[in-house]
Amino acid sequence: MELNQHRAPIYEALEKFQKMRVVPFDVPGHKRGRGNPELVELLGQKCVGMDVNSMKPLDNLCHPVSVIREAEDLAADAFGAAHAFLMVGGTTSAVQSMVLSVVKAGEKIILPRNVHRSVLGALVLCGAIPVYVNPDCDDRLGIPLGMRVSDVEEAIRLHPDAKAVLVNNPTYYGICSNLREIVKLAHTYGMYCLADEAHGTHFYFGDGLPVSAMAAGADMAAVSMHKSGGSLTQSSFLLTGPAMSEGHVRQIINLTQTTSGSYLLLSSLDISRRNLAIRGRESFARVIELAEYARREINAIGGYYAFAEELVNGDSIFAFDRTKLSVHTLDMGLAGIEVYDLLRDEYDIQIEFGDLGNFLAYLSIGDRQREVERLVGALAEIKRRYCRSSLEMISQEYIAPDVAVSPHAAFYASKVSLPIEETEGMVCSEFVMCYPPGIPILAPGERITRQILDYIRYAKEKGCSMTGPEDAGINRLNVLMGGI
Amino acid sequence: MEFWFSELHTPNVKLSIRVDRQLYSGHSEFQRIDVFDSPEFGRFLALDGYMMLTEKDEFIYHEMIVHVPMAVHPHVRRVLVIGAGDGGVIRELCRYDDIEQIDMVEIDPQVVEVCREYLPQTACSLDDPRVKIYYEDGLRFIRRCEDLYDLIIVDSTDPFGPGEGLFTREFYGNCFKALREDGIMVNQHESPFYDQDAIAMQRAHQRIVESFPFSRVYQAHIPTYPSGHWLFGFSTKKYHPLRDLDEKRWNARGIKCRYYTTTLHKGAFYVPAYVEALLRDVEPER
Repeated sequence: MELNQHRAPIYEALEKFQKMRVVPFDVPGHKRGRGNPELVELLGQKCVGMDVNSMKPLDNLCHPVSVIREAEDLAADAFGAAHAFLMVGGTTSAVQSMVLSVVKAGEKIILPRNVHRSVLGALVLCGAIPVYVNPDCDDRLGIPLGMRVSDVEEAIRLHPDAKAVLVNNPTYYGICSNLREIVKLAHTYGMYCLADEAHGTHFYFGDGLPVSAMAAGADMAAVSMHKSGGSLTQSSFLLTGPAMSEGHVRQIINLTQTTSGSYLLLSSLDISRRNLAIRGRESFARVIELAEYARREINAIGGYYAFAEELVNGDSIFAFDRTKLSVHTLDMGLAGIEVYDLLRDEYDIQIEFGDLGNFLAYLSIGDRQREVERLVGALAEIKRRYCRSSLEMISQEYIAPDVAVSPHAAFYASKVSLPIEETEGMVCSEFVMCYPPGIPILAPGERITRQILDYIRYAKEKGCSMTGPEDAGINRLNVLMGGI
Repeated sequence: MEFWFSELHTPNVKLSIRVDRQLYSGHSEFQRIDVFDSPEFGRFLALDGYMMLTEKDEFIYHEMIVHVPMAVHPHVRRVLVIGAGDGGVIRELCRYDDIEQIDMVEIDPQVVEVCREYLPQTACSLDDPRVKIYYEDGLRFIRRCEDLYDLIIVDSTDPFGPGEGLFTREFYGNCFKALREDGIMVNQHESPFYDQDAIAMQRAHQRIVESFPFSRVYQAHIPTYPSGHWLFGFSTKKYHPLRDLDEKRWNARGIKCRYYTTTLHKGAFYVPAYVEALLRDVEPER
């Protein structure tokens, strides 16, 4: 049956429901806002009026049979998936459900180390063992790239018992591995292939963009609809291919997902899917055009390097996502995080993140030329006012992890809290990361080295926002008792 | 028949002008453009429903934004005008024979086209051979300029719309860079009176003082603008707006004005106490 992408069943059901003026003797207790006038003042009557509970006319996210089911089918159709799950716990929950669907305690999963914390969080929960493929690294930019196909193959040969391979498609910076080849390899060896597409929603709706996970034949993909797709923050899709059992994946999702799924989030997914299906191609063509323009203008300022496809090397940078505006700043003697702070503090411009050597400005379907002019104008000013010698700047380096015990074992082991400077050589039992981008510097079970401690100190000095450890100031770290 | 143009000056205050007929209405890529004839104010231009100029009172704005810096800077040769699609600023600048080059940067070609057709009173000098018009975003144009201009005039719309980028720190900083070492920037500085306008005025002032070593505001009384009390910013690298005012030199030029005089020039920098306080509020501690 041909599905009509102009439909938005959840949205339509909500509209219809509103007209029925049903008297609520159910949750939420604010009762269409009457019990919380300040909230209505902030969000508006329309918004709080749609904040309703699961009920017959609106279906139930845990066990969808009507409008949510239809919205799932439409989403699956739009993304070329066998099935699509609407997620309301962020892409974190989509990633974790994806991992939990394919590995359990003691089983192995092959993945690059520059994954989002949510992936390692899933391993802490389920006790699976990570097998890391060191991502290739660009020395000039100091950023981790994609995985080489040969490195994935080697990992597979060394660990033929692994259950799955996970790939970033793309990385935060917009870099893609050769996903089709990696899928083929994984399937040849009877493994699942999963894709973290938190930054790749638009791959499904654009021309001249890297291949999407579903088109590449991957078995599951976590798609952050709220990033480039335009839905509300915290809403996301989990897509599955034909090899996955829908019932099994839904059981896994229902282990941790709320039973009170927000209809604001669900309807935003529905409407955004419709929008992308109908207008996605032209919208993202415009985003690419804006990003290309911004790159040309930023590179013309001098000092900055807004990088793109010229980096493509056929392997660890198999493709570049041209909507990403990633800019290298070290040649001006400024860390990416410093430019990030200056843009916010001095120019009222908020960008996505800055790390030691680069920053990322996120462009999407909501951007206009005039805001890009502001960004470029501000960058020109930052160069004029703050450019300095680039000596003594260190760039991000990829630090290959030394995994001593599994994340699960380390996280739940007996541990002791020590001043961070005294932890060299010990095994960490918690995460340490800069947020964003939220890629762990240390994950539970990894050995703490001098290089990692220096890196943490430098990142703190430069103003990176560090998160993860129990001690919020990151002056102490939890390490395994007794040492290993 | 009652036919009125009304503009909300705040959600609770509006100004209405009786209209004779509407001459033009169109949507450009950036904004809605309307031209009306009115019995009291003559022909007038509105962008997105906000009155930009009327034939009756435009002289006040255009004389004040041009002659104040021209009476201070002793040798203006090269001028950059940002915005000003109606041509009023250009008309006043063209009265100075020693100006050699006027670059005008307007984002919306349709505004210029409409003004050429319907508002010859202000658009009359746009074809002066010294004038070159660039149709692009002012913020984009200026970031390529360094040490080029003696005078920059920022004739922007309000900071809520296509003109927003012209009220930013990156814009003022780029203007500083584009000026010669004794250059002056004058900008449309909003009104201090109604709360929303006053906030915009303060934000503009704050960003300018962050970018220029010296900046003052001066005032004029413009009947059709919200509250009628309007401000301009005078930012400079070298010349003082009062100490470097050369009345003799300017008066010798024989430029006849209906609002500006060199005496009024001096008075215009003495602003009301509450305006001084608003400005002080956002200036760094001295």
